Amino acid sequence: MATKFININLKIWRQKNANAKGSLESYKLDKVSTDSSFLEMLDQLNEQLINEQKESIAFDHDCREGICGMCSLYINGRAHGPDTGTTTCQLHMRKFNDGDTIYVEPWRSRAFPIIKDLVVDRSAFDRIQQAGGFVSVNTSGRTMDANAIPIPKADADKAFEAAACIGCGACVATCKNGSALLFVGAKVSQYALLPQGKVEAQERVVNMVRQMDEEGFGNCTNTGACEIECPKGISLENIARMNREFLFAAAKSE
Amino acid sequence: MSILDSKIPAGHISEKWTDHKNHLKLVAPNNRPKIDVIVVGTGLAGASAAASLGEMGYNVKAFCFQDSPRRAHSIAAQGGINAAKNYQNDGDSVYRLFYDTIKGGDYRAREANVHRLAEVSGNIIDQCVAQGVPFAREYGGLLDNRSFGGTQVQRTFYAAGQTGQQLLLGAYSSLSRQIGLGRVKMYHRHEMLDLVTVDGKARGIIARNLVTGELERHAAHAVIIASGGYGNVYFLSTNAMGSNVSAAWKAHKKGALFANPCFVQIHPTCIPVHGTNQAKLTLMSESLRNSGRIWVPMKKEDAEAIREGRLKPTQIAEEDRDYFLERRYPAFGNLVPRDVASRAAKERCDAGFGIEANDTNEGVYLDFSTEIKSKGKQAAYALGDHNPTEEKTIELGKKWIEEKYGNLFQMYQKITDDNPYETPMKIYPAVHYTMGGVWVDYNLQSTIKGCFVAGEANFSDHGANRLGASALMQGLADGYFVLPYTVSDYLADEIRTGKISTDTPEFEAAENDVKNSIEKFLSNKGTKSVDFFHKRLGLIMWNKVGMGRNEQGLKEAIEEIGSLRDDFYQNVFVPGDSNEMNPELEKAMRVADLIELGQLMAIDALNRDESCGGHFREEFQDSEGETLRNDEKFKHVAAWEYKGMDIKNSVMHKEELNYEFIKIAERNYK
Repeated sequence: MATKFININLKIWRQKNANAKGSLESYKLDKVSTDSSFLEMLDQLNEQLINEQKESIAFDHDCREGICGMCSLYINGRAHGPDTGTTTCQLHMRKFNDGDTIYVEPWRSRAFPIIKDLVVDRSAFDRIQQAGGFVSVNTSGRTMDANAIPIPKADADKAFEAAACIGCGACVATCKNGSALLFVGAKVSQYALLPQGKVEAQERVVNMVRQMDEEGFGNCTNTGACEIECPKGISLENIARMNREFLFAAAKSE
Repeated sequence: MSILDSKIPAGHISEKWTDHKNHLKLVAPNNRPKIDVIVVGTGLAGASAAASLGEMGYNVKAFCFQDSPRRAHSIAAQGGINAAKNYQNDGDSVYRLFYDTIKGGDYRAREANVHRLAEVSGNIIDQCVAQGVPFAREYGGLLDNRSFGGTQVQRTFYAAGQTGQQLLLGAYSSLSRQIGLGRVKMYHRHEMLDLVTVDGKARGIIARNLVTGELERHAAHAVIIASGGYGNVYFLSTNAMGSNVSAAWKAHKKGALFANPCFVQIHPTCIPVHGTNQAKLTLMSESLRNSGRIWVPMKKEDAEAIREGRLKPTQIAEEDRDYFLERRYPAFGNLVPRDVASRAAKERCDAGFGIEANDTNEGVYLDFSTEIKSKGKQAAYALGDHNPTEEKTIELGKKWIEEKYGNLFQMYQKITDDNPYETPMKIYPAVHYTMGGVWVDYNLQSTIKGCFVAGEANFSDHGANRLGASALMQGLADGYFVLPYTVSDYLADEIRTGKISTDTPEFEAAENDVKNSIEKFLSNKGTKSVDFFHKRLGLIMWNKVGMGRNEQGLKEAIEEIGSLRDDFYQNVFVPGDSNEMNPELEKAMRVADLIELGQLMAIDALNRDESCGGHFREEFQDSEGETLRNDEKFKHVAAWEYKGMDIKNSVMHKEELNYEFIKIAERNYK
């Protein structure tokens, strides 16, 4: 894994603000370490732009450990780039070759409007969560002891796997329908699998799905692209579970 | 008399909090909706405080600079959260957690606060399970635990290597519920740029909408700052790129004292630096020290051969390896506290035994091969195979490791392109956490009335070194179980105040100050990027205010940071406009504050003529390189008062620390 340096060409989406017309701009960047992450490469490009007294490229990022879910980017036509099971911040330049031309675009989805350059507005996810993604328990020093209800390890593990979703939106961006079902399915599943979440299970799924529809996300046609591009490997099973929960809730409400 | 009144209640340590709570003033439910509270930051402390205060009925406004409250950097905490539940029947108790934390902090934390933390630790786990946080469980369905550094019990609750994520999403779900109910109004992509005080009380903030660039005035009867730590003063750290000190620093400049700024935690197990374009460092959880053994080659020539690629670590025979933590600290071994482990790694690398082929040769091994064999054998036995082949053992061992630490191993492989199941991880210490922060009293109130500070942003619980899995505990303790009581006590006197207007000279002046500093940056005719200066600051801090500090280096750092500051204001180039999203402007505002803070850290470190916890002054060590505390002169909190532009004029106030219930002793992990 010796460090190498490569020279690359970039085509990056620039858009002044939500209302402006955007376009792909070309950049050339030399001496990129193959040990750099994709975002460190963009830092390097921004440094170059600033040294030329130009405006830097806006992109979302924060933890750079693949867990905060803030980074996004459509790279060469794939959400989070060519590697699987990874966020853009954990994608490294060793996945690219000297002389490559790399296309970088923002998430493309009606429910995620562009704010600037590569930055999009994903607050629709927050509003879905606000509609029902919680257990209605107030803070108190008087909840029951944490070990009062044993939970089968398999259920706890599955709930955890669903809860590992980082809310980055790659599933929506990659879906030809712009569907948020993997995101919503993961949240619904986490609670559906745990005794604490069962009490409000029906209301939850109905409210979250209602909000999801209001936000303008598309429908699911079982393509499965979301599962492939999800950096955390959230399974399609969660969509199936959500559908079952939803059907059950709909049947019960009549 | 000192201006610092810690307001520690009287009575026995185990009664203080209960008794104090029983006597705090209350705000009746019908009065709460008339009272506004601002919470800055939505990590564990901020989200839990905002949710809890919203549930109580206060009118809460919460702010975060990220695009969603769920992104706050608590999310990246890996290993776990401590609680004195004693589910493992290994003799744990509230007292032991209290004792371990005080000792771990090298006797520089406040007894009463730490005991309260230990008392509520169990409630935190109960609360989180009730919220649907999927902690790791055993096959019997009960919660699993593991060990962390500086303890001899298993009290750490976890969710794989993503405990912070799960706890934060729990707090975020509670916060989301309150937002949905309209009791909390969320301002995401908003950054606090000043604290507004009126007649000595915190009455609101100036925030910048990071999408439109608009400056907004927000008034409140109390302001809670939960904006995290300041590790990014070193440029390279395990903090998120956006983590900054600005909210806390603005409060400091408005009169809140800043305590023990030099107490910084350098975490022993991070992935070593790879190059000059690196933007951040990645932590490998301390939980790995449950299963990994830290070593360097015994012979210098082996270390050299490894660096040159002539030898692989797997080729070094067992007897040629120096498991230096096990050698120096047999009682705690690889699970010594972080400061101790970091210094030991530095000592070996300084002596020429480092194994990483970078500029500084700084790196040591974290090796899982022993654990893979031992757990593989156990797993084979559990399957009824009492005579497993070595191949089978290793296969089962790797599976066990994957279940416990899968995401960490995957992350390591992504970053380094090395497979840690086959070859040991390479690790080195990196800046991780800051114990120092805004000075607060027992009620978590700063020296500005109505300005409360919680989580990593305050200084109160970890002394000179924080134990692993205690940051999550403190953040949630402050937000769920302390602030709801103590903030209410303060607000009880505010029920007649009425709505606070933002149309006042104080808000006007604060907004103008912010506007001027923005304009100054944007009209500056400089040529260098903000990062250029931030990296220079980071190098000064790492080399002279880092793991090893001495008088001469600190004096140099103070001067160098002073000139860096002048250079920054003269030569920085900030592109773009104020009325739009402008990431370079955001960075410039943050780095301006980090530079001032950096200088104060060096001043504080120079002032503290002793070694304790993460603060290692090379002049004060024993013959074996262990820290030498000076309890006679430095058993105090150093809280600094801002005295204008020149940080060197800051004035130090002491809060003496009294150990009534723990006998102060040498900190020994041997």
